[in-house]
Amino acid sequence: MSKIKPEDVDRISEEMRRTILLREGVGRIRVIVHMDTCGIAAGARSIMKVLMEELEERQEIKDVLLITSGCAGLCNREPMVTVELEDESPVKYVDLTQEKIKRIFKEHVMNGKVVTEYILATETKG
Amino acid sequence: MKGYRTNIMVCAGTNCISNKSWEVKEALEAEIAKRGLEDEILVVPTGCVGFCAVGPIIIVQPEGIFYQSVKVSDVSHLVEEHFLKGKLVKSLMYVPPGEKEPIPKMKDIVFFRDQRLIALRSRGMINPERIEEYIGLDGYKALAKALTSMTPEEVIEEVKASGLRGRGGAGFPTGLKWESRKKAKDYPKYVICNADEGDPGAFMDRSIIEADPHSVIEGMAIGAYAIGASYGYIYTRVEYPLAIKRMEWAIQQAREYGLLGENIFGTGFNFNMGIFKGAGAFVCGETTSLVTSIEGRAPEPRQRPPRTELWNKPTVINNVETWANVPAIILEGAEWFSQIGTETSKGTKVFSLAGKINNAGLIEVPMGITLREMVYKIGGGIPNEKKFKAVQTGGPSGGCIPESLLDLPVDYERLTEAGAMMGSGGMIVMDENTCMVDVAKYFLEFLRDESCGKCSSCREGISAMLEIVTNICQGKGREGDIEFLEELGAAVTDTSLCGLGQSAPNPVLSTIRYFRDEYEAHIQERRCPAGVCKELIQYSINPEICTGCLLCVKTCPNEAIVGEKKRPQTINLDKCIKCGVCFEVCKFKAVVIT
Ligand SMILES: Cc1cc2nc3c(=O)[nH]c(=O)nc-3n(C[C@H](O)[C@H](O)[C@H](O)COP(=O)(O)O)c2cc1C
Ligand code: SF4
Ligand code: SF4
Ligand code: SF4
Ligand code: FES
Repeated sequence: MSKIKPEDVDRISEEMRRTILLREGVGRIRVIVHMDTCGIAAGARSIMKVLMEELEERQEIKDVLLITSGCAGLCNREPMVTVELEDESPVKYVDLTQEKIKRIFKEHVMNGKVVTEYILATETKG
Repeated sequence: MKGYRTNIMVCAGTNCISNKSWEVKEALEAEIAKRGLEDEILVVPTGCVGFCAVGPIIIVQPEGIFYQSVKVSDVSHLVEEHFLKGKLVKSLMYVPPGEKEPIPKMKDIVFFRDQRLIALRSRGMINPERIEEYIGLDGYKALAKALTSMTPEEVIEEVKASGLRGRGGAGFPTGLKWESRKKAKDYPKYVICNADEGDPGAFMDRSIIEADPHSVIEGMAIGAYAIGASYGYIYTRVEYPLAIKRMEWAIQQAREYGLLGENIFGTGFNFNMGIFKGAGAFVCGETTSLVTSIEGRAPEPRQRPPRTELWNKPTVINNVETWANVPAIILEGAEWFSQIGTETSKGTKVFSLAGKINNAGLIEVPMGITLREMVYKIGGGIPNEKKFKAVQTGGPSGGCIPESLLDLPVDYERLTEAGAMMGSGGMIVMDENTCMVDVAKYFLEFLRDESCGKCSSCREGISAMLEIVTNICQGKGREGDIEFLEELGAAVTDTSLCGLGQSAPNPVLSTIRYFRDEYEAHIQERRCPAGVCKELIQYSINPEICTGCLLCVKTCPNEAIVGEKKRPQTINLDKCIKCGVCFEVCKFKAVVIT
């Protein structure tokens, strides 16, 4: 390692940012993947893998947190993901596939546009 | 750095490691690999999280879930439930004393919620052995700022304006100390970090070094730039192997990065440092003996001024916590820092809470917080619904503060006025079963053993006080003893050379001040109100309560308890050695002390 310059401190700190935000639990966007036995059986692990790959490819995004949770009580609609944007109510997506989650990532997580075709039908909300 | 979805922060401070946290960390890594999660979940060892009483501790991020007392045998279940299925494991969560519902998140636990972290700002957040993680938390940015955009005078002005005072004992204003050494035009100059930490039971400084060694290195480099020093020493004790190892590693990493060495940040500033492992005596932490010890002579206090100077060169000695505050002050500014705290005492202070308290551990709180908040909120109160009696602050030569002063806002001046002191931040909580004369005796014994013996007032004075106090505990106290102790104490304070002797009478004087009636009961009535002093108490069994379960009979080491089964027992006073075991074991509270 050659001698460090003040700019290098900023650069290393920037490289560490995603990790630090994760450890602080600070994220503008939280993507919650419902796991549990039912979710995993329906393919939730592969949904998680896709999300992680998408994030790995986009190092510029620092403030997306991937969170796992247990069963949300809708086992027959798994795999399921909840996207929470700051200051907006959570959106639940159901019956996911790898293609669907890729689209959700691009449109909703990155660009803030809800993918209405995949969301949990409003009837269940009453 | 590669992205993970979850970071498992495993406490790897000395206390948790002694409770097998390193084995837990390795078991977690193995189990995570076994389940194919190694690309998703990273296990990170950290320094002390502060809640050592419930260790080993792990914190799961980003959710901030707090798990306590984690054992290797819990790991496979934990990985399966939480990390694979996303379900939290309630049985490993913290439950507040007297309650039933566990609290999942660290930030909702009262112990953590009311703290304010500056010196411990990286607590539970970074792997202390990776400099990049320290930099990730804005590490070394303060040094860059100081070297590239501030003159040494400006750095000193900033530290002065912040109001930072020494965290190692006396509370001397740090900026003023630096300024006086900056003025000296004699080179080379030195900076020293006092990490001797001789107070029995204290571990504030050890924890800072173990958790965040770079914060100390960075602080010292900034101080060195300010006064014009080119070399620094970290003075610590051989009993701190983990702190030494992490500090050695941190120094090496800082050198590799060019953050120590020549021409740092290309500014022409040269600074390097090393570790000095001291002899471990309590008095070594006193500045003049510390300096003598580094010079290779017997550590013994010397007359001041002007001899706190290493090799007769201008030297600044500050405590670990003092140094760790410096980068935060330079980066955030004096104004930010000076808004925290009281009129005379700015910022925060790290305390170790110990003794009869539910949440024993290490805490950092803003100056001005009340003792009551510390003991009852953060500390969770006294175990077993016992009554609070006193809190001893300031280390072995500190003082005891009674219940009536619990609302005292904690700062340097108020603690001193109350007959105690800030010291380095030790706090020992005592409950109603503590005898204050016995407490004074305990600390005097420690101080007598640690006195270097150079001045007779300290050497003879402490021994004389100890003899009187011991007699009082044994029921041999005489009329006039209390007054004599007060006079003797004042004399020892006035005539001793170093801080050890000057403050040694504190434990006696403060207990006389607030618990004079206890001394009087020992002397006049030959009675120990707390039921502690062996010579003054008797154990007996209340026949109305005793069920004859015989548990005490079985555990008594001297066969002193006699009686028939299912009938009330009696204690044979000739055989009883007053060990107190029967009192401890009886579930019916039938054993009484009189
Ligand atoms: C007997 C005795 C023991 C001391 N032990 C320590 C110690 O272990 N650590 C420490 O930082 N200061 C200790 N001090 C205080 C130091 O003499 C000195 O005031 C302090 O290191 C200065 O740093 P500060 O201004 O940052 O507090 C001790 C003082 C005395 C009299
Ligand atoms: S006061 Fe006590 S410890 Fe200090 S120099 Fe004198 S004898 Fe030694
Ligand atoms: S343990 Fe208590 S109740 Fe049982 S025999 Fe002893 S004094 Fe009696
Ligand atoms: S105090 Fe100890 S020796 Fe005395 S009766 Fe109880 S157990 Fe036996
Ligand atoms: S060492 Fe783990 S909490 Fe203190």
